[in-house]
This record gives sequence, structure tokens and C-alpha cells, in this order.
Amino acid sequence: MESGWGRTMGTTGLYDSERLLTASADSSARLWSVRTGKELFRWDTRTAVRAIAFAEGDQKALYVTDATMGQPSTIWIVPLEENMEDQTDEFLLKIVIDGPKATTAEWGPLNKTIYTGHEDGKITIWDAETGDRIKEFKTHGSVITDFQFVKNKSHFITSSKDCTAKISDSKTLKVMKVYQTQRNVNSAAISPVRPHIILGGGQEAMEVTRTDSRQGKFETRFYHLVFEEEIGRVKGHFGPINTLAFHPDGRSFASGAEDGFVRIHYFDDDYFDFKFEEETYE
Amino acid sequence: MAPAAYVDDDFDESEIDFSDIEAQYAVDVPTTFDTAVVVDGVPIVGEAKMEKLITVIRKTFKNIGDIKENGIHMPRDPKTGMTKGFMFIDFATPEQAALAVKQADGHKFDTRHTFRVNHFDDIERFVSLPDTFEEPPAEEYKEKEHLKSWLLDPRARDQWVMMRGEEVGIYWNNKGEQPDLVHTRNNWSDMYVSWSPKGTYLATFHKQGIVLWGGPSWSKLVRFAHPNVKLIDFSPNEKYLVTWSHEPFTTADGEQHHIIIWDIVTGQQLRSFPTDASSTLGASTSQGTSTVKIDWPIFKWSHDDQYVARMTPGPQGAISVYVTPGMGLFEKKSFKIENVQSFAWSPKDHILSYWVPEKGNIPARVTLQKLATREILRQKNLFNVIDCKLFWQSEGDYLSVLVERAKSKKQTVTNIELFRYREKDIPVDVVELKQGEDVTNLFWEPNGSRFALLSQEGQNKTFVHFYHVVKPGAVKTAKKAAKLTNAEAMGEVKLLKTVEAKGINQVIWSPKGRFCVLGGVRGFQGDLQFWDIEDLQLMNTGEHYMCTDVEWDPTGRYVMSSVSHWRVQNDTGFTLWTFTGQILTRQNVPLFKQLLWRPRPPTLLTPEEQAKIRKNLKEYSREFDEADAAQTSKVSREVLEKRSALLRAWKEYVARCEDEYRKQRNARIEIYGFDPDEEDERAKGEKESLEEWVEEVIEETEEVVE
Repeated sequence: MESGWGRTMGTTGLYDSERLLTASADSSARLWSVRTGKELFRWDTRTAVRAIAFAEGDQKALYVTDATMGQPSTIWIVPLEENMEDQTDEFLLKIVIDGPKATTAEWGPLNKTIYTGHEDGKITIWDAETGDRIKEFKTHGSVITDFQFVKNKSHFITSSKDCTAKISDSKTLKVMKVYQTQRNVNSAAISPVRPHIILGGGQEAMEVTRTDSRQGKFETRFYHLVFEEEIGRVKGHFGPINTLAFHPDGRSFASGAEDGFVRIHYFDDDYFDFKFEEETYE
Repeated sequence: MAPAAYVDDDFDESEIDFSDIEAQYAVDVPTTFDTAVVVDGVPIVGEAKMEKLITVIRKTFKNIGDIKENGIHMPRDPKTGMTKGFMFIDFATPEQAALAVKQADGHKFDTRHTFRVNHFDDIERFVSLPDTFEEPPAEEYKEKEHLKSWLLDPRARDQWVMMRGEEVGIYWNNKGEQPDLVHTRNNWSDMYVSWSPKGTYLATFHKQGIVLWGGPSWSKLVRFAHPNVKLIDFSPNEKYLVTWSHEPFTTADGEQHHIIIWDIVTGQQLRSFPTDASSTLGASTSQGTSTVKIDWPIFKWSHDDQYVARMTPGPQGAISVYVTPGMGLFEKKSFKIENVQSFAWSPKDHILSYWVPEKGNIPARVTLQKLATREILRQKNLFNVIDCKLFWQSEGDYLSVLVERAKSKKQTVTNIELFRYREKDIPVDVVELKQGEDVTNLFWEPNGSRFALLSQEGQNKTFVHFYHVVKPGAVKTAKKAAKLTNAEAMGEVKLLKTVEAKGINQVIWSPKGRFCVLGGVRGFQGDLQFWDIEDLQLMNTGEHYMCTDVEWDPTGRYVMSSVSHWRVQNDTGFTLWTFTGQILTRQNVPLFKQLLWRPRPPTLLTPEEQAKIRKNLKEYSREFDEADAAQTSKVSREVLEKRSALLRAWKEYVARCEDEYRKQRNARIEIYGFDPDEEDERAKGEKESLEEWVEEVIEETEEVVE
């Protein structure tokens, strides 16, 4: 399905994966039917849409418009109708972001809050009813490239161009774990079933030729979540990795990269069995 | 009644405040006379000649400074009418007066009169000196720390200094494990850091000069003020330090100097020198601020710190040798060597080696000259020479000269002239390579008689040749002497092995000899080859991508390869290898700048003691193996405990989160309209049943049916 001429900057799936929301650089956010591939609704915005997310229960969604053309970075909360005929482009709430623009956004637990990651490495928690800023913390030293909650949204992992990925507690925003690399990290995810995290990145495409450009060098790196130590790498991409996601059952993961490929990997059985010596002393 | 004149008896004149008027009319009374000097030894003249004398004196002092109007005062004896033989001169500034004291004191005015010049204020001071001698207060003796304390480490570990970003830290080498931090400081050095040759001091650079640190507490030991210092050089026994700055400073005598030689223990300046433009190679013609390429060290030390020498190139060429600590010129005479190009001390004797290019019909020469007697011990003529590079072997046994000659208009050919210094008459061996192969560099084995030649054939082929300098056969009887082959009798330079070394540009020998690393560094890919030259075996190959430096530890057990941020942006850090080429640890350190092993002083053991230890090595190694095992198990136990603690903490955290999540169940059901987790469980249970038909052919028979 064609999402207009602009770059798709974010997607989010409905709980039952029946519908898909996409955010695009062509200044629009669209709702699609996954089964038919048909565009169900479009919200036209003034600037590129950087992030988009379904709320829990799928009754509403948020999207974030970019700070360009004199417009400030803004979070829009819109209602979602069951029946497409009732769908309008009215918004429930608009939150204007003063300061560095938001690069990622997610609904907090029970839709009470909205979490945004910013260009300067900050995380902000907003009240989803009033639009007030509840809390903020400078988690990273540079722009936040990805933000993923665990299933129960009690903590989340963020990745940044400061070459690290970090796990922070959702309530306090306290940094609990840090994973250090030598390159920009573009995406990070937490395994739903094992104490592992994955992260992927690479340099800007223009710098690729200046470094160790052995074929397929761009790798997804696995770290032990608790010990913050690298446990393995999966090679294969020819360009920097832009996005990673675990399958909800934790038995596979998908990676998308600048080389235009999406790779889906299924884990071998022994991936689920291997343990550090300490982990066997349960 | 007539008004009486008003008299106020209570009025006290002293109560009136005149201070404002006083300030207005205050006269500047000078408190010191620091612009005035007293000159003694002036010719005694009558009134008639006084004017003339004053004019002459003004001329004499013209270079020193401006004498004030009426600044010369020659007191006259009223009785005789003649001058008293001394005068006062008042200069424009105190600096000029100081210069007068410095320069004019002792000046021979004419054959019978020598000026003695003193500060006017000094006279006052000397006159008012107390008659009794007062002993100066005794300074309390401050005990210095044990500067070699690091050698007493129970595990005999070595240290290194690492510069990362703005942070400089000293660490213990723990082989494969995390190094132990000894001391660290931020902004410890403005540029880079450097060890002294025996490892006692760490030198750091600052805008004001150099600071040396050391001892177990890493305190400031001594400071050397040399503004904008850029380069330093230690003397081999750590007695003296040479500093150089591209920006000259003005000495008391008014000269512009760049180099200072210091005594390290006292911190005193021994002597300073200018860098004349001719001694800086490659200096561009425009003056002043152009970047000057400097061949450092300009001052070369003899092995025992007794002498330091510098060279002046060109037609006035010479080697000037200075004797420490007085820094006077050796025998008050330089070695005049016209057009000398480069020189070097023997590493073990007081011998100077140098070479002079061709001039007219005198061929180029390499010369070995004894310092004490100035006797020329050996000289060899070389023809068609373009350039020579001198390489002494570490014990001063051999000198290799890498000679580049012009073969034809465009072609050059290189070869080695090997001087065997310790043998009778200093024979010279000539080593030649095959046609088309050019020697690019030579690396002597420390304490050994082997060397490696790095050569280039055409654009692509690089070779490393290993040679052994064989001493002439030692024989006890004349009969045996007759049996030796010619080569054995004379000794020879034997080619041991040639290695084709693609991507290699350096040979780095272990400080103890025998082992070496062939590396491609600084612009090459970072290939490393670990060789045992005793058996001529390649032990291992490794790689450190974009490697910029390779350094052996002082004991020859470990090799450190590193990538410095000063040359490469990404993936900076270091790798620690064993001497056999096994990686012990690889650390990625962002903004890594340099890592230097701390040198060790030479061993204090006698050769007999060393031999005894080697014989009993098995017993000693058992002890060390046990210590190593205990150490590793201690480390792994610590890691185990730390990890278990982390695991427990995380499990508790996750359990707490799950708890909270469960409590919110009702709120969740409100939002979704159902419990999403129950839905997930149900969906998991619904498994799609797949039927798969597998056909297996058990038997196949063909029957022809009529």
C-alpha cells in the first residue's frame, strides 16, 4: 500500500492487528485496513508527522507533528471511531511542545499519560487529559531515536545517537540499565520472554565508506539485560539498522535497515535454553 | 566700648585639616634610586676635560640605555679641583640601570681604567649590613618519597599511563582483567604525557612549562618554567631535561633563546640556547611565524649523561659537545666538520659518529671519532651518496649506515655499511639487496646481533629481511684458525630469512630481544605478525584495525596495540596481546589518545644471579602459577557475586511491576472492554491444527503387463 509520497515515519498496529496507523513526512497520518490494504481515513497536517500511536483500547490515538516551517512540535490526540463514517479529523487535545522537538511518542499505562522522547535526549511525561508536563529527565546526551515499552509499560528502553541504549523506570524516569556501543543506536527492543535486549544502528549512511566496510557488517547486537554485557550479534544488513521489533511471543524478531531490506529471524531452540552461570542458581 | 580684637584662646591651628591642600602640592619624593648607578674607576680629570669625558662616557653607555638629562654627575674634590674618580649615572628606567650593572661592570674604558658599576641602592644596603654574622635559618629536611616504589609491587606488574579525552590515568596491568587504577587527574596535561627513560618521572605539559610527577602519591616533584614548551627530551640517566619552545624568550643578556637544559633534581636552569634557523631542517624561507620542522632531539646525550652535543650544519658545520653539569664547551673547542649532515653518539662509549656529503672531488664519508682524544678511529669513503642514516645497535657493538646512492639520473639504490666497532680495525661489511629493492628502514634487535631490514620493491612488494651479524670465529690454536673458512674467520652478515610482508611498515622488537612484531601502522590496515626470530617462526597473526601504535611492555611479555584519537576518529582503544600473539583483552575506549608503558630501570641483578634464576625457573614458575590461579578464581568469585546481586535486584523490580500491573486490571478492563491478557491466553490456546501428508515410497516394482 502506498502511503503517499512522503517517508513513513511511524506505524502502530491496533490491538488485534486489524488496523494500522501510519505517520508520514508528506504531512499526513493515515488509518488503513490491514486485511485489504485500503486507506480508511486520512488526517492532513501542516508539517511532517514524526510519531503515531494507538491508545490502549484503541478508542483514540496520538500523532506528533514536526517542528518545521515555523510550526512548533505538537502532540495531537484524536478520537477513533468504530464506524468509519463517524470519523472526523477533529482533535480531542493538542499539546504544544516548547523546547527541543519530540522525535518519539507513546501512550503511558492506562492512557493516563503520554511519553515523548526529544531531540536533545530528554524524556517528558505529559498528562493526557490536561496536556500539562508532569515530569522530564535528560536520559541521553543526544537525540532519542527509539522508545519501546515492555508489555506492562512499567519500564521502557530508549536508544540514542549518543551511542547508548538505556532502560528507564516509567514512573520515576530513573535510568536502570545502560548498554554502551561505539556507534549511533537507531533502535532498541526488550525481549518479552528472556532477559535480553537487542539494539541496532550504525553510522550515517554518508560515513559508511570511511569505516570497516566488510560486507554485511551491520549487526543487531544482543545484550544481557541485567548484566549489560554483549552476548551475541546477528549480521546480515548492508546498511545501518533503523528499526527493530520482537514478535510478541518472543520467538522471533524483525529488523529493518537503510539497505531497504526487512529481515525476520527465528530463534533456534537453544536460544531459549542458554543461561549465564549465575542464572542457574535460581 | 570699642570692639576688642577677637582672640580665641581655644583655637588650635593644628586641628585644621590641610590634607587636601597638601595632596595638591605634594612633591613626588622618590623612595628608591633604582634608576641610578655608581660607576667607579673613572679617570680623574680636571675641570677642563670634564665636559669631554662626560661626552665620551655618554657614548660608551649609549647602547645600554638613555641617560637622563643631567644624569651624569661627577663629584669633584673642592680642594684639588679634580674629579674623584667615580660618578653617578641616572638612567631613564630601572631596567636600563640593571643592564648597566650587568654589562658595564668590568668594562675596560681604557688601558688603565676599568669601570666597576653598582646599583646606587646596593651601596646603601652594603653599608648598612650588620657586623655580626647571622646564621640563616636551617631549612627543615623534607623527606622525599620513594620514587621507585612501583617496582616493589608484589605481583611485579607493570604500569602504564593512558590518556583518554582530557583525563590522564595511571594503571596497573592486570593482564586479561580490568586494569587497576593507580591515580588519575583531569586536565593533567595540556598536550601529551611522557615518561622519563627509567620510568621514575611522568612529564606533563602546561602553558607555563613542564611539571614532573612521581612517587607513590603522584605529587608534583619539580617544575620547569618554559612558556609554551612544545618538545622535551630526558637524558638517559634521568639527570637532565631539555625543553624546547617554538616561541623564543629573552635572556638576561638580551638574546632570543628556544632551548633550556635543566638539572632535574634541583630544578635549576643549567644553560639555554637559541635554535639558529640553520639548525632547523626544512625551515621555510619566510621568517618568524612559518611552521618550522625541527629534527628533535637537537641535543643528543651521551649514554652516561656526561656530555650533550648539538650539530650545526652547513659550511660552518661543527659538532659542539658540552660537559655537564657546568655546560661549558668540551675543551673550549667544537669539532669543526664542514657540512656535517647528521651525527649520533655510540650508545655505550664516548664515540661520535657522523657523515659528510660529497664536496668537489672529496667523496662522502662516514666517520667514527673518539671524544676524549679527538682521534678519528674509522672513516669510510662512499661514492655517489644522496643520503645516509645512522643506526647504532643498543650495546654500541655495531653501527649500521643506510646509504642511498644515485645509480643513474633517476634511479637510486640503497645498501647497508655495517661498522663492527668492537673488532680490531673496525671492519666494515657491506650488505646489498637485489636490484630494484630499496631499503626503507632498519631495526636492530635490542641487546642482540640481529637486525631487520624493511625494503620496498616497486610499488607493491614489501619485504622484511632478518640478518645476523656473525662475529669472527674465535679459535684457540693457529691450526684451527687455518681450518676456518674465509667467512668464518672474518665474521659476516648472514641473511637469516626473508619474509614477504604485505601491509607492513614497522618492525617492533621486544626490549629483551628475540621476539618482534611486524606491523602495519598509521595509515596501514593494522595487520600484526608475531615472530620468534630465534627459531624464525611466525607464531601468530592478528589485527587491530587502523592501529596507530604498537608498544612492548618493558619486560617483553606483552604487546599493546592502540588506535589513537589524535589520528583516527572512530573505534579508538587498545588491545593487549601476549608476546606470542594471543589477545588478552581488547578495550574500546572512546576518545583514547595514548597509552605508554612505564619504563623499568635496568635490573640490579648480576649476570650470575640472572643465570641462577633461569636455571631454577621451574620452581619459581610453580609459585607464580599458583598465584595466578588464586587471582583468577578470586576475580571470578567477585564477578559471580556481583552478577547474582544484580539478578536478584532485577527480579524483585520486575515482580513489583507485575504486581502493580495486576492491581490495575479493573481500570484496564474499562478501557478495553475486556481483559487483554485473558484474551492473549485464550488466543495462544487456540492453535491452528495443521495436517501434513507425508508420502513415503516403501517399495516400487514395475511389472510389464501383456
